[in-house]
Amino acid sequence: MNRLLLIVSLLCLTVLFLVFNEAFFVVNEAEQVVITRFGEPIGKPFTNAGLYWKFPVLDAVNRFDKRILEWDGDPNQIPTLDKRYIWVDTTARWRIVDPLKFMQSVRNESSAQARLDDIIDSATRDVISNHKVVEVVRNSNRLVDNPEMLVADEEDSMDVSRSELEPIKVGREQLSRNILERVIPYAPDFGIEILDVRIQRINYIEEVQKKVYDRMISERKRAAEKIRSEGQGKRAEIEGQMQKELQDIQSEAYKSVQEIKGKADADAIRIYAQAYNLDPSFYAFLKTLETYRETMNKDTTLILSTDHEFFNYLNTLNVNP
Amino acid sequence: MNPPLQKHIMAFKVPNTPDELLSMGSRGFNRLSRWIPYLVIALIIGMICLTSFYTIDPDEVGVIRQFGKYARTTQPGLHWKIPLGVEALNKVKVTRVFKEEFGFRTGTPGVNTTYSNRNFDEESIMLTGDLNSLDVSWIVQYKISDPVKYLFTLRNPEQTLRDLSESGMRQEIGDSSFSEALTVRRIEIDHNTQERLQAILDHYDVGIRIELVKLQDVNPPDPVKPSFNEVNEAKQEKEKVINQAFEAYNKLIPKARGEAEQVIRSAEGYALARVKRAQGDASQFTQTWDAYKSSRDVTRRRMYLETLREVLPKAGKVYVFDPKAGSILPLLNLTSEKQ
Repeated sequence: MNRLLLIVSLLCLTVLFLVFNEAFFVVNEAEQVVITRFGEPIGKPFTNAGLYWKFPVLDAVNRFDKRILEWDGDPNQIPTLDKRYIWVDTTARWRIVDPLKFMQSVRNESSAQARLDDIIDSATRDVISNHKVVEVVRNSNRLVDNPEMLVADEEDSMDVSRSELEPIKVGREQLSRNILERVIPYAPDFGIEILDVRIQRINYIEEVQKKVYDRMISERKRAAEKIRSEGQGKRAEIEGQMQKELQDIQSEAYKSVQEIKGKADADAIRIYAQAYNLDPSFYAFLKTLETYRETMNKDTTLILSTDHEFFNYLNTLNVNP
Repeated sequence: MNPPLQKHIMAFKVPNTPDELLSMGSRGFNRLSRWIPYLVIALIIGMICLTSFYTIDPDEVGVIRQFGKYARTTQPGLHWKIPLGVEALNKVKVTRVFKEEFGFRTGTPGVNTTYSNRNFDEESIMLTGDLNSLDVSWIVQYKISDPVKYLFTLRNPEQTLRDLSESGMRQEIGDSSFSEALTVRRIEIDHNTQERLQAILDHYDVGIRIELVKLQDVNPPDPVKPSFNEVNEAKQEKEKVINQAFEAYNKLIPKARGEAEQVIRSAEGYALARVKRAQGDASQFTQTWDAYKSSRDVTRRRMYLETLREVLPKAGKVYVFDPKAGSILPLLNLTSEKQ
């Protein structure tokens, strides 16, 4: 008897626990819940956190996230209006605002993501292909208005053709908004709200990228050549200057030397003239004697005439010659 | 065999019949069953204690949900919550600064930090306003400013932060020229990206505060790098060439100046000597002439004869001939043949 009572009470407790467990459910802060009975939604969705109850066993709890969710598309290869192919990678934020409709239309998150892929990718394609590539890259006309920014550093700047610098009319942020505007109307059909679509990455496709690199490389090579030839030019300039100074110094020195010597020679001439003018014939006599002395040596052959005054006394002793 | 083990084997009586085995089992169970309620109570108390007491570390706060609904935030220390799943706890590190890296990943941080060598081109190659490509890496540091919002507003805050800062950085680089992004605009780019990022996060209201956005390496893309180095080499080469030219200049010009000075000095020496000599000669002449003046004839004759005496012996040959005797030629020939 006693044993039977124990078994019954245990069974009752278990059933009671199961019923409680099945009847009550918790909605978390980050969730919202739709109750379905045999697949048919019952009542309004529970969007506020807290403890709620339902009909046990028969009613099923369908939980959906209430937070902001991410969507990240695959990069798309899109031609722009000026026929350049670029990869565009967009990212979006969305959330489930009508869980009932969400459940009815897309059932779960992964199929919602697939729908978003379709919608956002096509909107991105439409918007990007209707604009030039600069509209996607730039957000303002800052560089067009301040072209000096292109050469912020004199030697590390890339030459840019003017056509690349055409002003933009729309800009990246507005393009993002345009994409968002295009996708927003689709969202209510899925019970979701799209908060934001952003262009996350854009890049040239590989072939174009390679060409861009080639252009950058050739531009750099040109810059390097320019710098090298500047160096050579500077060297030539210095060498020229050096030659000039050298010539200047040497000719200046030559000039000074000639002047000094000339003046000295002139002085000497004046001094000699002044002295010798006292008696030119005596000077001639002295100089001649001196010359005799200096020019006679053993190789000299002297031929003297007996008429010569020196031999006067050889011929005749004449007291009065 | 060990004695205790032997004893143990001896103590275990092998039952003869199944009935005997059963009665042995039930006796053992009865002995244990007296303890079962205590054991269960202890277990329940233990579980309640484990699920109700919790500690919060100094760098975090605890967010308590009661039946899923946000109830309170608790500060560091030991706390109690209603157990058995009524209240649930999330710990959020609010004082820690989190870091997201773009374009590179830190391998093992430390004194000699290593960096992963993987290629993050997807993340780091971006277009500049003048349509060149740039390899940009940067970091974003952030703190959780509102743990409740952080937990319940965004499902994947890190991913969202990454997506947004990539988008923001690209937009900022897209508005800079290649040259600026490499050099003068770095700080402005950091600043603008941080503001833009914060504005969007505030718009989502996710409880994240951006502490810092900082550009790390900004480089030309790898395929272009060698040509950039070439430019640097060219700069060095230019300097070198100019220095060499100056070196030659410095070697030659002062030397030339010295040499010029030298020839001028020696010309001056020549001039001095020339004038002095002239003066000396002049002086000699005037003095001689002074003496000569008083007795011209004698002196003249004397000087002439003295000179002849001096000169004639020096001469190799002296021929004296009489003009009346005719030509001197035969005489000359004879003498030279004799010699």
